[in-house]
Amino acid sequence: MPAGEAQRIVIVGGGQAAAQALQSLRQGGFTGSLTLVGDEAALPYQRPPLSKGYMKGEVEQERLYFKPSAWYDDQNIELLLGTHVTKIHRASRQVQLGDGGHLTYDYLILATGSRPRPLPVRGADLGGVHDLRTLADVERLKPGMVAGRRIVIIGAGYIGLEAAAVARQTGLEVTVIEMAPRVLARVTSPVLSEFYAAEHRRQGVTILTGVQLSHLEGIDGQVSAAVLADGTRLPADLVLSGIGILPNEDLAKDAGIACSNGILVDRDARTSDPHVFAAGDCASRPLVHFGRSGRLESVHNAIEQGKLVAAAILGLPRPVEDCPWFWSDQYDLKLQIAGLSQGYDTHVIRGDPASRRFAVFYLKNATLIAVDAVNSPAEFLASKKLVMSGAKLAPGALIDTSTPMKDIAAQAAA
Amino acid sequence: MAKITFISHNGTERTLEARNGMSVMEVAVNNSVPGIDADCGGACACATCHVYVDPAFLALAGEQQEMEKSMLDFAENVKPNSRLSCQIKVTDALDGLRVTTPESQH
Repeated sequence: MPAGEAQRIVIVGGGQAAAQALQSLRQGGFTGSLTLVGDEAALPYQRPPLSKGYMKGEVEQERLYFKPSAWYDDQNIELLLGTHVTKIHRASRQVQLGDGGHLTYDYLILATGSRPRPLPVRGADLGGVHDLRTLADVERLKPGMVAGRRIVIIGAGYIGLEAAAVARQTGLEVTVIEMAPRVLARVTSPVLSEFYAAEHRRQGVTILTGVQLSHLEGIDGQVSAAVLADGTRLPADLVLSGIGILPNEDLAKDAGIACSNGILVDRDARTSDPHVFAAGDCASRPLVHFGRSGRLESVHNAIEQGKLVAAAILGLPRPVEDCPWFWSDQYDLKLQIAGLSQGYDTHVIRGDPASRRFAVFYLKNATLIAVDAVNSPAEFLASKKLVMSGAKLAPGALIDTSTPMKDIAAQAAA
Repeated sequence: MAKITFISHNGTERTLEARNGMSVMEVAVNNSVPGIDADCGGACACATCHVYVDPAFLALAGEQQEMEKSMLDFAENVKPNSRLSCQIKVTDALDGLRVTTPESQH
């Protein structure tokens, strides 16, 4: 089927990538039938606030929605919420639904997202043990978030640390345990790890790194403690697990679509089946600025791939593949990350961490590949451009705070 | 409540009812006003909700925080009346506000 002639598009999943694909398809002029099948009951919503403002109770649920329900009617989009897709029949181009029905597609978009990695210990099924991924997770967690209670957070990644900040600000006693020797070990450098660990401790959070969870103990089905491998017993009224996510690729895999830690896609977000696309957390994509492929768990990635899918289906020019970016809010610290730091050979710090405003630049072969910018938006935005440009940079120039970042970026572009 | 008029770069106008406490960005996004991306959803993390505020309303639109100022410094075609619309909260005082959206956020 030539691009632009599709009549029926089905999207599986109701997160950021799905919402973007819907918008871009309609904006791009697609007038055929558009159906979104999502297993959550809520209208498509933004996840970042779940571990931030929404968890704190500062944001009402309806403000999380990408679009009000009227928009879907206006745009003639069919929403099948609270509905599972159980199987893809590629030969007949149909998806089978949990209620036994099926939908026929010209193009299928898998925006199935990811799910929390399950806690592999005894007691993980006790009451009071939570994940943090969906609105429903937060609704279950919130009533227990009461000042004075004790929460043990398993995993010191962004989700764990953002939740720790909210819990602490809500007045809970917070302990974070982490298997790796430092917090944020999987995603950033020791400089950032030390800064964030120190900040959380200053705020009164207990951080234990290099420790192994043995099991969870309970009383009458409710969690009462987390027990470490060395026998240490951490009393807990609540346990929150944040040990990473796994891509929801089974639907694709079962249908014989190529997967390898994510559904494999090309630059247009197309899978090994030309009628099936995948976008967002579930997809493993070419990372064109980094010369490799991989899965990115971020808002920006979901938005970008949603746009890529729509453009490919409509036969429009491929949108720019931007420098990947991320953010994390903890206390009054806004961390903005541009690029991917994995594989850096040099890092330099601009500004003073003690001032709570600084940036860590990561270089590989004298080219900037990433920045972690704390309360430093200029460093973040300039770095997005610098990473895309691939310009050679002297590390000394980056840390000269007498030269504004804007000038550094302009000089590199010249 | 406030009535806010969004003017696109080509002059098309749309006037919308806005609830107090929402951001001008949210009003635009909920009503599919073109020209505002708001990728980060209002976290002041992405600078893709840049608008031009009617100078008569600049003072009423509230103080710019340091974060917003730095972000705007990198936006395209910045003018003295540039703001990030996620950082403007709707109040009664903004009734009649006119904002112009740029052609592109990039």
